[in-house]
Amino acid sequence: MGMEKAHLTEEFFAPVATDPKGMESVARDPSIGWRAAWQRLKKNRGAVISLAVLTVIILLAIFGPMMTPYDYAQTDYEESFKTPSGDHWFGTDKFGRDQWARIWEGTRISLYIALLAAALDLVIGVMFGAISAVCGGKVDMVMQRIIDILVGIPHLIVVILLILFMKPGILTISVAMVITGWVNMARLVRSQIFKLKAEEFVLASRALGAGFFRTIFKHYIPNTAGLILINLMFTIPSAIFTEAFLSFIGLGLQEPLASLGVLINDGYHAMQSHYYLLFFPAVVIVALMICFNLLADGLRDAIDPKMKNK
Amino acid sequence: MKKYVLIRLFNIVVTLFIIATLTFFLMKQLPGSPFDEEKLAALPEDVRTAIYEQYGLNDPVWKQYIKYMENLVKGDLGKSFYYKDKPVAQIISERIGPSALLGIQAIVIGTAIGLILGIVAAFRHNSVWDYTTMILAVLGVSIPNFVFAALLQYFVGLKLGVLPIAYWESYKSTVLPTLALMFGVVSVVARFMRNEMLDVLNQDYMTTALAKGLSLRAIILNHALRNALIPVITVLGPVIVSLITGSLVIESIFSIPGIGSLFVESIKVNDYSMIMGVTLLFSTLFVFVVLIIDLLYGVIDPRIRIAGNKE
Repeated sequence: MGMEKAHLTEEFFAPVATDPKGMESVARDPSIGWRAAWQRLKKNRGAVISLAVLTVIILLAIFGPMMTPYDYAQTDYEESFKTPSGDHWFGTDKFGRDQWARIWEGTRISLYIALLAAALDLVIGVMFGAISAVCGGKVDMVMQRIIDILVGIPHLIVVILLILFMKPGILTISVAMVITGWVNMARLVRSQIFKLKAEEFVLASRALGAGFFRTIFKHYIPNTAGLILINLMFTIPSAIFTEAFLSFIGLGLQEPLASLGVLINDGYHAMQSHYYLLFFPAVVIVALMICFNLLADGLRDAIDPKMKNK
Repeated sequence: MKKYVLIRLFNIVVTLFIIATLTFFLMKQLPGSPFDEEKLAALPEDVRTAIYEQYGLNDPVWKQYIKYMENLVKGDLGKSFYYKDKPVAQIISERIGPSALLGIQAIVIGTAIGLILGIVAAFRHNSVWDYTTMILAVLGVSIPNFVFAALLQYFVGLKLGVLPIAYWESYKSTVLPTLALMFGVVSVVARFMRNEMLDVLNQDYMTTALAKGLSLRAIILNHALRNALIPVITVLGPVIVSLITGSLVIESIFSIPGIGSLFVESIKVNDYSMIMGVTLLFSTLFVFVVLIIDLLYGVIDPRIRIAGNKE
């Protein structure tokens, strides 16, 4: 043995030519995974029902206002505070506006807000958190202090200043949300990646030559998917109600436009005498959230590699 | 580790300094002044200037800023413009009690209930328990807490008449607002706990623990809970800070003299020193909570190295 060792000189250890793209090609064709995930999702009854209900809500948001002759903005003071009837399906508000038309108009706006919040979370939040955690050290320190500062400056002051420079409306709401809407997602993704950094499969992937972004997209993010989906469920309603709050203080939507959040806010003030003004928009938002959650949960079970044998 | 904490403490000072600076200059951009402009306009010119002079509002903004920072370093938060020259520190210390009490109660009870619900839901995955917990959690986030508050006031306060509906009088007054604040905490904790637990239950070390014949309690407490805690404490941190510093909505619904309502009021009336005081209180709590969470990561899961790989 000792003699053989003597023959092993430096030249024996020349690196083999590497093919960075081919290194990790042991991974299987991703489309198989997606098809299998779809098969598993179809078996989950809650997820399938949720998908159907969500489709119905989205269709109603598109076509709902057309199903009644009343316009969402049309006032009729002789018809104010009518209880739900064959004429006004969801009743009318204090200005005699048809609540059915208003709810589906509002659902449209709230779905836009939800989509924007989700997009911000997924793009800025996830990437910010991932880069912060993967780089670690000084980069992490600086990136996290940026978050501290963004959270520390009172949001209300920033929002009031935004009114001075921009017109109230959907765009202003969007800007107000861009500033801090993604912060929690970033912190959550960071914490999860810190946990994953110590796992063997990450080390294996790095040893096989996976680059910075490949590790993030192929290993860290898929293994954080469950948390990301759940956090979305908290971001979306809080975005919908932030919008309602902004509209309430005059920064958001202008009358007669209304979102679900605004309708709930208005309905709350008339809750004791006209419960249906609060009830119907609340039912829509709760139905949206429950369906979204059951679907997200089904998706998680379907795509999470660790859940396969269940 | 000690070095890391020292660096972080230095960082905290810098962060707070930046927050204070940015907030100060942004706040000065707000329209209006701390005074009633209409009444002020009725006064003669020289009296008006004298009033501004007395409060140092005639100086350029950067001079005011330097003066504020000088006082801040000495630990002086200044005097309120709105509350007849009362020191800001005194007003905050008078008002923090109710906010903090409600916040801490809501967090402690909410976290406990949330943890139990989340664990049960995970152990009984896809059962009635699981679905009930999930729907409760969804209701907790998708119905705004002012609606909960109003329902509680109406049914528990008015119909049953067992608890006070509003005002800050006895310990009983804390029950309803605490419940209203708690729903959010319960749903956050339950939802994240359930998810993490499902993950943990599939790990090999859980099978080992079961095979060793450990009791269910030991498995949950020593193996499952600890490994599932990281996301929960991450999301809980900011929630704790915002609950302790008070919720505007809940405080105004229940007429509670807390910090949340104080802060919004101070922005409305341009009470500069008060805005700064509350902002600094909130940010200080926030940066310390974030530091504690970062340190806890390493305690909960020793494999995590926030401080870098050098240690």
